[in-house]
Amino acid sequence: MTQLDLIRNFSIVAHIDHGKSTLADRLIQLTGTVAARDMKAQMLDSMDIERERGITIKANTVRIEYPAKDGKTYILNLIDTPGHVDFAYEVSRSMRAVEGSLLVVDASQGVEAQTLANVYQALDAGHEIVPVLNKIDLPAAEPERVKAQIEDVIGLDASDAINISAKSGLGIPDVLEAIVTRLPAPKGDRDAPLKAMLVDSWYDSYLGVVVMIRVIDGVIRKGDRIRMMQTNAVYGVDKLAVLKPQMVDIDELGPGEIGIWTGSIKQVRDTRVGDTITSEKKGCETPLPGFKPAQPVVFCGLFPVDAADFEDLRDAIEKLQLNDASFSSEMETSAALGFGFRCGFLGLLHLEVIRDRLEREYDLDLITTAPSVVFKLHMKDGEVRDLHNPADMPDLTYIDHITEPRIKATIMVPDDYLGDILKLCQDRRGIQLDLSYAGSRAMVVYDLPLAEVVFDFYDRLKSVTKGYASFDYVISEYREDFLVKMSILVNEEPVDALSMMVHRDRAEMRGRAMVEKLKELIPRHMFKIPIQAAIGARVIARETLSAMRKDVTAKCYGGDATRKRKLLDKQKAGKKRMRQFGKVEIPQEAFISALKMDG
Amino acid sequence: MQRWQQAGFGLYVHWPFCQSKCPYCDFNSHVSDAVDHSEWAAAYLNDLRRYALETPGRVLSSIFFGGGTPSLMRPETVAAIVDEAVKLWTPANDIEITLEANPTSVEIGRFAEFRLAGINRVSIGIQALNDTDLRRLGRMHDAREARKAIEVSQAVFDRSSFDLIYARQDQSISAWEAELRDALSLAAGHLSLYQLTIEPGTVFGARFERGLLQGLPVEDVAADMFELTQGICEAHGKPAYEISNHARPGEESRHNMIYWRCGDFLGIGPGAHGRLTDAAGQRYATVARHMPGDWLKANQAGATHDGREMLSQDAQATELLLMGMRVNSGVDLTEYQTISGAPLSPTRLEPLRAQGLVEITNGRLHTTPSGRLVLNWVLKELLA
Ligand SMILES: Nc1nc2c(ncn2[C@@H]2O[C@H](COP(=O)(O)OP(=O)(O)O)[C@@H](O)[C@H]2O)c(=O)[nH]1
Ligand SMILES: C[S@@+](CC[C@H](N)C(=O)[O-])C[C@H]1O[C@@H](n2cnc3c(N)ncnc32)[C@H](O)[C@@H]1O
Ligand code: SF4
Ligand SMILES: [Mg+2]
Repeated sequence: MTQLDLIRNFSIVAHIDHGKSTLADRLIQLTGTVAARDMKAQMLDSMDIERERGITIKANTVRIEYPAKDGKTYILNLIDTPGHVDFAYEVSRSMRAVEGSLLVVDASQGVEAQTLANVYQALDAGHEIVPVLNKIDLPAAEPERVKAQIEDVIGLDASDAINISAKSGLGIPDVLEAIVTRLPAPKGDRDAPLKAMLVDSWYDSYLGVVVMIRVIDGVIRKGDRIRMMQTNAVYGVDKLAVLKPQMVDIDELGPGEIGIWTGSIKQVRDTRVGDTITSEKKGCETPLPGFKPAQPVVFCGLFPVDAADFEDLRDAIEKLQLNDASFSSEMETSAALGFGFRCGFLGLLHLEVIRDRLEREYDLDLITTAPSVVFKLHMKDGEVRDLHNPADMPDLTYIDHITEPRIKATIMVPDDYLGDILKLCQDRRGIQLDLSYAGSRAMVVYDLPLAEVVFDFYDRLKSVTKGYASFDYVISEYREDFLVKMSILVNEEPVDALSMMVHRDRAEMRGRAMVEKLKELIPRHMFKIPIQAAIGARVIARETLSAMRKDVTAKCYGGDATRKRKLLDKQKAGKKRMRQFGKVEIPQEAFISALKMDG
Repeated sequence: MQRWQQAGFGLYVHWPFCQSKCPYCDFNSHVSDAVDHSEWAAAYLNDLRRYALETPGRVLSSIFFGGGTPSLMRPETVAAIVDEAVKLWTPANDIEITLEANPTSVEIGRFAEFRLAGINRVSIGIQALNDTDLRRLGRMHDAREARKAIEVSQAVFDRSSFDLIYARQDQSISAWEAELRDALSLAAGHLSLYQLTIEPGTVFGARFERGLLQGLPVEDVAADMFELTQGICEAHGKPAYEISNHARPGEESRHNMIYWRCGDFLGIGPGAHGRLTDAAGQRYATVARHMPGDWLKANQAGATHDGREMLSQDAQATELLLMGMRVNSGVDLTEYQTISGAPLSPTRLEPLRAQGLVEITNGRLHTTPSGRLVLNWVLKELLA
């Protein structure tokens, strides 16, 4: 067990690509925590997808031993937090487990949207903050300008900011010294009853559920019986370890220390992040203030392309959920797409990451329906219902009003593109809250409906600003708006998978785009097929797919018999992927393309 | 009597070379100026003799020289193949021996020699009767040569047919109507009228994909053109007997009818397909090596095809419908049932009948005029 004043717990906050992972690697390397031969780039990004995309999804931890200039050896615990907004919740809970942060800003880029979002979280958690300017090896680095920006935009004193190059290693010793001298040591009472915070938990195929904790008071030892205060469940501590970043067994953890334990917990769901852990007997009286569990905000349907893969999809989802309690799922049947799941995510990136993992790690071919948000239906009888799927919308006569999630979005953009950004936000029913400048970059803050953002906002943002904008958001509130369900009818039959919630003012536009697209996608039949978009019984857009008149091969001789037979086999296989709506057959590909529609 | 005996026994000879490659063409045709004609002649004879060993005693009802451009073959090669074939098999009294010919002046000049080689029917690739369209189709001949070729062929051969491609770029319905009437006035007993098909892997195919092939008729216009063609030809005494083939009754292509009735035929030459029924009644599909050089080498080494596909009853029944429904007389339902072991499912048949796309006459299932226009759909509904 370590003396409190020899411990420093910290995290690193940064906008994506500003060098958080590279800096963490350098800190680990310089302190010899990982032998040089085991060092691989981005030590803490362990999931394949994290490494590949260069993003951190789950918080990761490393314990570093650092012999400081004062002659004492310190224990530094670094919690690497996700940078992306979808995982803001993970960020905030890991921040509560440490006392300070390194604020890393790319000296050639300056402050970006995620820098702001993350630094505010660190300030909220009461952190001491050390600004670090990275990439000063770059010719474009302007540390003085960026310092001024940190002071202007964030309001932090940047006069003692440390200039570093995480890439070359320049300035890293200064960072280590600053951690020891400028960040506070944790507080705690070794003799008080055990009180530890459950920071994170994950599923490991060898160890089962692994629980990461930060000890506040008291001591936890291997073999102890502990109680989770929220669930009241009692477990034995089978294994107690610290992460360096590989697990190293340890006999006990005292106040201020961070480590992991295991104890025959079956699923991640049995643990509550933010829960307080104490001894089974003579435990502490009051738990730490808890966290609300993260609520999924973006929903979409995931269906196997091949209906025969449904069970595999179910298994894969269950396995991923072992590790990710914020990803929800429930079975869904769609006339168009067959059996699948309606899944909830923390945001679009979370959705993408999960879908990628399902396809890659479990070798599944999936159809993803257009993402939608959770609308709240305020019924006339006073009940409030969550609407996850537009297809489940009840009769309007029972509904008093509908509310939708709004976000507060912060966009930083070179001022050349400001006009395009304002137009985009305005088109998406945005309300401007703030507009300010930091040098030649503008910062706009908008209140926007999340539903408009999950659609194709990122793509549009990227394309109108040629990738120069940075964007971040927090969910602000649910607010009423004139929202309606738009259904799509093909040959007078409603097609559930294509119905969507839209703002009444944008319904005509969306409806027209959808029926035009479907007209291209649905193959002609022997009869003409009306394709309509409707709100309730009112048709707001219509196209007619005319009847097929000619479909015959002009020439067919000896060898063509074989060719035609093969074509027929393909058609037979294709038939399995056709969905029948009344008399109309629609290929599955048509749904996929229709749902990908932008606009 | 067995079905394959009823449907005749044909020999298809593929000549894979052309003077130049037409932009719409996806046939197995290649441009080469180093063709050793005697080597090719020997190779064809090799193949004939090999096939003869497994088809003893069959009566040969037709020979078809197709391509490519078989009118570029040396007449002595054609003669050698015809002579050998009628020695190896018993020729039918009315054996039909067709050569596909391109109407350039050089080839017209050889018609008489082909006649002496044993050819009694030609099918000329006219494609269009005006110079502008011939150029756009990348043809090597002009309209004057086209007319000349038709005229000479009718004087030289017992039977003569020619091909036109319509539904071309920027072709109006009235322009096609005039051209068709012109063609009918030139034609003898047979005429093939193909709507232009944009095939992947061709020059037109590539242009089409990039959106550069403009002026093609939309579906409705193409359908109108097809219907107009049916009407005019019928009124002129040359009704369609197959989707794109028109003849005075009795003048149908006997060789092609073997394909459409699922009879047996040998295919020799690069990429040629064949269908063979052995003594035990098992039917096989054969296909020869595709590339001319490969085929020639394999031929000299003793075998020209990559193995045979045994056709299951199911595959045979499928082919009977796929091919048979192209001809107006359609498919004998009892024959279908004999091959497949089960009758055609009424749940598939009846809706098509109700929609007026097919009819059953004297036990034969055939398309109606409106069904003919959407034959691929009909076949898909029947079989897929
Ligand atoms: N030139 C230069 N590049 C750096 C430096 N630090 C990081 N990078 C590069 O910046 C990119 C993003 O770094 P990374 O550590 O993954 O950023 P993160 O997204 O904040 O974790 C990578 O290509 C790094 O190699 C530096 O000091 N100088
Ligand atoms: C085997 S081809 C070639 C015969 C001969 N080499 C010629 O070009 O005249 C037989 C016929 O098929 C037709 N044909 C070939 N390609 C076609 C296409 N893409 N669309 C419509 N008809 C086509 C032409 O009418 C052609 O005469
Ligand atoms: S259309 Fe005839 S001449 Fe033209 S390339 Fe094809 S086979 Fe040869
Ligand atoms: Mg990273």
